[in-house]
Amino acid sequence: MLEVRGLSKIFGGLRAVDSASLDVAEGTIAGLIGPNGAGKTTLFAALTGFLAPDEGSVRFRGEDITGRPPHLICRHGMVRTFQVTQPFAHLSVRENIMVGAYLHTPERALASARAEAIARQVGMADLLERTAAGLTVAGRKRLELARALATQPKLLLLDEVMAGLNPPEIDELIPVIQGIRSSGVTVFLIEHVMQAVMSLAENVYVLSYGKIIAQGAPRQLAADPVVIEAYLGHGAAQRIAATAHA
Amino acid sequence: MNWKIPAALLVVALAYPLVFRGNFAINFGVLVLFFALIGQAWNIAGGFGGQLSFGHAVFFGTGAYCSTILQLKLGWSPWSGLAASAGAGALVGALIAALSFRFGLRGSYFALITLAFAEAFRILTNALEFTGGGVGLLLPLKRSALNFQFAERIGFYYTILALTAISIGIAIWLQRSRFGARLAAIRENEDAARALGIDTFREKVKVMALSGALCALGGTFYAQYYLYIDPAVVFGVDKSVEMLLVSMIGGTGTVYGPLIGSLLLTLVGEYTRAITDAQGLSLIIYGSLLILIIGFLPNGLVDLFKLRWRRKARA
Repeated sequence: MLEVRGLSKIFGGLRAVDSASLDVAEGTIAGLIGPNGAGKTTLFAALTGFLAPDEGSVRFRGEDITGRPPHLICRHGMVRTFQVTQPFAHLSVRENIMVGAYLHTPERALASARAEAIARQVGMADLLERTAAGLTVAGRKRLELARALATQPKLLLLDEVMAGLNPPEIDELIPVIQGIRSSGVTVFLIEHVMQAVMSLAENVYVLSYGKIIAQGAPRQLAADPVVIEAYLGHGAAQRIAATAHA
Repeated sequence: MNWKIPAALLVVALAYPLVFRGNFAINFGVLVLFFALIGQAWNIAGGFGGQLSFGHAVFFGTGAYCSTILQLKLGWSPWSGLAASAGAGALVGALIAALSFRFGLRGSYFALITLAFAEAFRILTNALEFTGGGVGLLLPLKRSALNFQFAERIGFYYTILALTAISIGIAIWLQRSRFGARLAAIRENEDAARALGIDTFREKVKVMALSGALCALGGTFYAQYYLYIDPAVVFGVDKSVEMLLVSMIGGTGTVYGPLIGSLLLTLVGEYTRAITDAQGLSLIIYGSLLILIIGFLPNGLVDLFKLRWRRKARA
């Protein structure tokens, strides 16, 4: 579904993304992990048109979309969320989601009904009339997700939707994302919360200093102490080993 | 949708000149509606679209000059001139927007560039012979409704009422339409709007064209009401400030903000001038009031109404 070949994004002398190649298969949940500053968000920005790639190509649903502007990429079916949540702060949750829903219908009533359905799907049905600025971090993360879903994407790029959530909130969100995949939306997620990556992703890419340095099933990567020590930091290998034994 | 408020307002506005027949009262009504119109024009771009302009006089002046020149040089009827000036206002709006947004100007940079455009237009009309130069243009007096010069002021009143009603109708539509929702999204967070499939460039150009067209209508009305225009007045910074002031005092991004702001500012402006002869005193009162409102009601006078509604809801 998504084929990235030799993608680079260069800022001055820094190759923030350095000839990255990856594939996301339709109907799967893929993950992208890596230490802070590895270039994960830059990679997402280059895929979705927020940054123009300097080298390489992005093919999505059979079309070369390299360098297209974000709104056209969104209309083609790939939408991103933001790591630092970007709510329409003074609008209600319903109005926020409706902005996404309006992509496919000019009808207010239809957009509103769609917003309600999506709010139920991500568990914010009770918050529809609340102003986005008044939401908790968990609420804002869900709103990012809901707004993106409202554009009816084929591929959803989630940039750390779990970051800043407490464990019960993470446990609540995991089935929501699984539900999104079962509804036919392919998911590609950046995540630091290993619990989420482990239970969600089937195929994980590891990015470090802009380069894809490993790829595989999460268990397989998790079992590789070299990968863990190098890219998740010291002690991570032990922690994961401990969870595996428990 | 609650149609009671706009319907009641319309009835009051229609009845007003029949109840208050004096020239002063009708002139007052014309001024309130006139500032409400150009304030709403500013509000549609600045309030709904979040594109703060400091130079909306550029559209006002374009409208005033467009219809006046068409009359003087080509013998057009001012009514056709009114339509033409809306077109010219939209064109200038789209052009300024396209140039500014192509280069990514936002916020205060956009405000400054609009100010620069208004000044450029003022200097150009001041220099060109075609536009009458600094002397301005005088429209010959030919009192007739067909000529957009009513023998009775009430004719002007109902004309400006129609234009202002259209502008408020557009604001109501913006609150309920996809275009309006997209503008709100752009105003709140442009990056998020782009991520959700909104062509922000296109929407911003559209809203500036719409705002420019409405503002130009105000310009033509002004020219027909006073029968005289000059560059300093119609392209001046004062006009730009008046527009954003009525909108801000009333409440930006709201349907009735410009009308409320215009009512208060015209009231204060006219009455302070009427009650005192002391030079400058009216300006001092006017200025103090502005400071008080901005200090205590930063979201505009509409907040007063919202407070009342909230109290009612709680009771």
